[in-house]
Amino acid sequence: MLDCGLDMTSTLNFLPLPLVQSPRLSKLPGLVLKDGSTFLDKELKECSGHVFVDSVPEFCLPETELLDLSTVDVILISNYHCMMALPYITEYTGFTGTVYATEPTVQIGRLLMEELVNSIERVPKAQSASMWKNKEVQRLLPAPLKDAVEVSMWRKCYTMPEVNAALSKIQLVGYSQKIELFGAVQVTPLSSGYALGSSNWIIQSHYEKVSYVSGSSLLTTHPQPMDQASLKNSDVLILTGLTQIPTANPDGMVGEFCSNLAMTVRNGGNVLVPCYPSGVIYDLLECLYQYIDSAGLSNVPFYFISPVANSSLEFSQIFAEWLCHNKQTKVYLPEPPFPHAELIQTNKLKHYPSIHGDFSNDFKQPCVIFTGHPSLRFGDVVHFMELWGKSSLNTVIFTEPDFSYLDALAPYQPLAMKCVYCPIDTRLNFIQVSKLLKEVQPLHVVCPEQYTQPPPSQSHRTDLMIDCQPPPMSYRRAEVLTLPYKRRYEKIEIMPELADSLVPLEIKPGISLATVSAMLHTKDNKHVLQLPPKPPQPPTSKKRKRVSDDVPECKPLKPLLSGSIPVDQFVQTLEKHGFSDVKVEDTAKGHIVLLQEAETLIQIEEDSTHIICDNDEPLRVKLRDLVLKFLQKF
Amino acid sequence: MLDVVYCFILIEGQLVTEIPKSSSGHHKDAAEQTPSRLERRFPDFSYITQNGRLTDFLDCVIISHFHLDHCGALPYFSEMVGYDGPIYMTHPTKAICPILLEDYRKITVDKKGETNFFTSQMIKDCMKKVVAVHLHQTVQVDEELEIKAYYAGHVLGAAMFQIKVGCESVVYTGDYNMTPDRHLGAAWIDKCRPDLLITESTYATTIRDSKRCRERDFLKKVHETVERGGKVLIPVFALGRAQELCILLETFWERMNLKAPIYFSTGLTEKANHYYKLFITWTNQKIRKTFVQRNMFEFKHIKAFDRAFADNPGPMVVFATPGMLHAGQSLQIFRKWAGNEKNMVIMPGYCVQGTVGHKILSGQRKLEMEGRQILEVKMQVEYMSFSAHADAKGIMQLIRQAEPRNVLLVHGEAKKMEFLKQKIEQEFHVNCYMPANGETTTIFTNPSIPVDISLGLLKRETAIDAKKPKLMHGTLIMKDNSFRLVSPEQALKELGLAEHQLRFTCRVHIQDPRKEHETVLRVYNHLKGVLKDYSVQHLPDGSITVESILIQATAHLEDQGTKVLLVSWTYQDEELGSYLTSLLKKGLPQSTS
Repeated sequence: MLDCGLDMTSTLNFLPLPLVQSPRLSKLPGLVLKDGSTFLDKELKECSGHVFVDSVPEFCLPETELLDLSTVDVILISNYHCMMALPYITEYTGFTGTVYATEPTVQIGRLLMEELVNSIERVPKAQSASMWKNKEVQRLLPAPLKDAVEVSMWRKCYTMPEVNAALSKIQLVGYSQKIELFGAVQVTPLSSGYALGSSNWIIQSHYEKVSYVSGSSLLTTHPQPMDQASLKNSDVLILTGLTQIPTANPDGMVGEFCSNLAMTVRNGGNVLVPCYPSGVIYDLLECLYQYIDSAGLSNVPFYFISPVANSSLEFSQIFAEWLCHNKQTKVYLPEPPFPHAELIQTNKLKHYPSIHGDFSNDFKQPCVIFTGHPSLRFGDVVHFMELWGKSSLNTVIFTEPDFSYLDALAPYQPLAMKCVYCPIDTRLNFIQVSKLLKEVQPLHVVCPEQYTQPPPSQSHRTDLMIDCQPPPMSYRRAEVLTLPYKRRYEKIEIMPELADSLVPLEIKPGISLATVSAMLHTKDNKHVLQLPPKPPQPPTSKKRKRVSDDVPECKPLKPLLSGSIPVDQFVQTLEKHGFSDVKVEDTAKGHIVLLQEAETLIQIEEDSTHIICDNDEPLRVKLRDLVLKFLQKF
Repeated sequence: MLDVVYCFILIEGQLVTEIPKSSSGHHKDAAEQTPSRLERRFPDFSYITQNGRLTDFLDCVIISHFHLDHCGALPYFSEMVGYDGPIYMTHPTKAICPILLEDYRKITVDKKGETNFFTSQMIKDCMKKVVAVHLHQTVQVDEELEIKAYYAGHVLGAAMFQIKVGCESVVYTGDYNMTPDRHLGAAWIDKCRPDLLITESTYATTIRDSKRCRERDFLKKVHETVERGGKVLIPVFALGRAQELCILLETFWERMNLKAPIYFSTGLTEKANHYYKLFITWTNQKIRKTFVQRNMFEFKHIKAFDRAFADNPGPMVVFATPGMLHAGQSLQIFRKWAGNEKNMVIMPGYCVQGTVGHKILSGQRKLEMEGRQILEVKMQVEYMSFSAHADAKGIMQLIRQAEPRNVLLVHGEAKKMEFLKQKIEQEFHVNCYMPANGETTTIFTNPSIPVDISLGLLKRETAIDAKKPKLMHGTLIMKDNSFRLVSPEQALKELGLAEHQLRFTCRVHIQDPRKEHETVLRVYNHLKGVLKDYSVQHLPDGSITVESILIQATAHLEDQGTKVLLVSWTYQDEELGSYLTSLLKKGLPQSTS
């Protein structure tokens, strides 16, 4: 199984989970259906023309119906965002296999899960809405709830024990580490340049190579650059995890982010940055580190609020080996690779596990707050949306590309606060993809269907799709795709003793042949050829044998024969071996050699020889061996 | 055997051991500058080539860890002798190695005024040739040669390396430690079954007493000295054991609520702790797990040392470099404190002959210092081995893990190695070598030959019961260095050759007065009874098949009481065909009706 991502856009259909009682949210009117019925008004609420489920947010799981997940042997994880559904798979499907991921992926993935669990668990919600999921009821609802897919499969968040159990099934791997799976294939993670420890995977046998490219970046940010060279010579390249915002240039977005932030603060407003606790935030903090003094923001407090804020900042400093060259060089000095260490030391950046406790004492406005969750449905960000939403001095800046910012804001409308959309998605865009494909030249490309056509909203932008030759094969949810290659060979080892016994024969210049009769041993999908066991010594005792004792045990096939028999030479040979009454008759296709005395007849044609004789075994064997002298064995 | 023509691998430790040395067999520290004794400071690289460029003879250089006896000659080798190929080491080693080299250079050149030594610039240029490797990463050095690093414990960033060409491989351990300590984990390797394991054997005969006992002993001595108002000097090498002992003392001070100050000498050690913080993923499980809450290398009780502190009254503990008391701060402090019997010096590691450390450990109490001055040593002198090498038990454990076909011992004393060699040969039944310095050992391997087998042939053979070994037949096509095993049919087809079918038809006479079809039925029943494992069929046209062998019956032209069975088979069924005719010749059993 490749990756194990969780679709969290489902949460956008739910009301936010406020940390403190929100009068506004609790006063929202219940849904009245078109026919006037109000039986759903406890479950569904309306806000500024949108309908929301008033319940604990639920997530859309990966496809679990298509195949029995307990038969999955291995899950390969490409980055920490793509493992968020892991507990659902490892704990509920009978999965008994192994998960492979790099150390930063696991550590930061754990932080993301911890934050998710924490922000949902600390706001217990009594109500769990399920009536609206009834197919008959869902049909009556307004969009987008009406069109939401597989709502019956949506699940509540997992718990920390489940997270720990899931993570315990992960086997840590390093870049370019070759991992043997059941002797059948070898998998290797490669740096994908997108996030700390993010990987592309190569899945190969001795003859076939499949590359799985997911969430890769060619931009220079904090992670180790993408390893492109190792992707060459792929039979199939599976391409996914491209940028979600192909039209936005990440560098430009960072610039806009900084200027909007500075402007708001200068005007006395606060800035809210809904974000994940790891990833782009490191780059943003680095930009701000260079920017704040020149922009006159040195006295503005920056807060980073997350149950895992401290861990995330600490962990980022210890993965030197997974960072870009510049950052590695800093560690050699030895200095912390990320400048946020200095921001913390100089008290410019402060981090808190939540808005409760120390934060409430230290909190000074105007300020800049980084906090989660980017969906605006749970986490400390909900509190600040409620707190700052009413003032137009404040700004919320969206940097994470995973959620539509308009959908995210919907339950907070009407809103006076300024909203700026600066999505920073460093993953491959279509120009970079075509450059990459030209570089690594896979025989076939496989990708999700949506990459093979322009985005629905910009149907004229034919540049916003994958363009390669041959055209990519596309797949969609719950579809089975047959990959276009045929396996022809496998490796087998010939033991040295057997190799010594082989007699190669040059058939054509440069081509030699040897017939091999050997014992084939297969263990763990590895094949070995050994010398066949010596035939057992014939029993010396004169014990009377039963007829069946002689039955040949296995059926050792004799080699195939090739060549032709020149009649004249054959007759000479026969005569040399004491056959005196040899007669030759010509036939349409060849000759018949007659041994009159022995009542034996040998038909010789171009491609066949037929010996017809009485039951005289010594004679037959003698003739056989004489014929074989003229033929080659295969 | 790794092919010497294609890949000569320079493994640092090995070359160090190749230096001819007359005196003690202990060849550690050969590359490290130690006072007065060593005439040759660097290994003799003319062993590799007399006149050619090193780069032409070496595929790569692998450095296992940052100790100077493993990397001390590197800038000399790459910049002065001249080597431009790749040098591989782990990230922490790459980070720390240049600092130790610079320190080494300073002591040798600046303090001692030696010439003909590498310069700071040479260290920098040398480090530019270094490629950092991750643990378990497979590094493709060239088309044939690949290397892979395994965790070795011992010091931060220490690694064992597997070196592989085709299906033949060597594992070189460098220095390693098989038991986790307070700051590092235990060495680990998978069952990689190398043809040769080259292992260090520093503690070849020692089964060391429990570490806990040694630690308790150490703490007791330090505690007693401090209690009676004495000062404790612990000369250490800046990185490695220093951190281990710091953690040990720090936790002890915390638990016992002790107030006496602990210092470590400035510069290197302080900086060193920083490396441990940033490379925390290389430390042991416990430290890694708790580092967010508490970084073990941020010491509360241990402060930086200032030269003036040495004269402060009252008890204190000082960690100072270098570890063998041959120069620098540790020696200065030693001279100040040596005269007082309340004080104590604890030597936590091995000392080379000729150093002050070695002298006091061997019982000397009057030392001749510079300018004929005599220093009387009244302070207590203790030796406690804390160096993190595998002991005999650990070495055996590693061999068990890796399952090598041959073992080669280096980095130890001949007598002890001999003992270990016997033990290894006894327990594992593998060849064990311990070449003397400068000696060449040739090890023969017997590699199997990988060939490509066509999937069609393989599937045909494994279709029935994949687990059971079975006899198979195929044709090996050898063309331009490629080896392919295919079915005979495919081989013929590929070569554009036609098959020549060789068929036999034998007439077998049977006495049976019954009608033909009854005879056939009797033959059928007979064969069916005898050939239980074969497919015997009676076809509608009156013939019988046994597998692909055809049997037909006709009446004898002259003798109605005799039937003629025509048994026909191809050469491929020779055994069975031949068997059938002889079986039928014996006649049919009488009982069947």
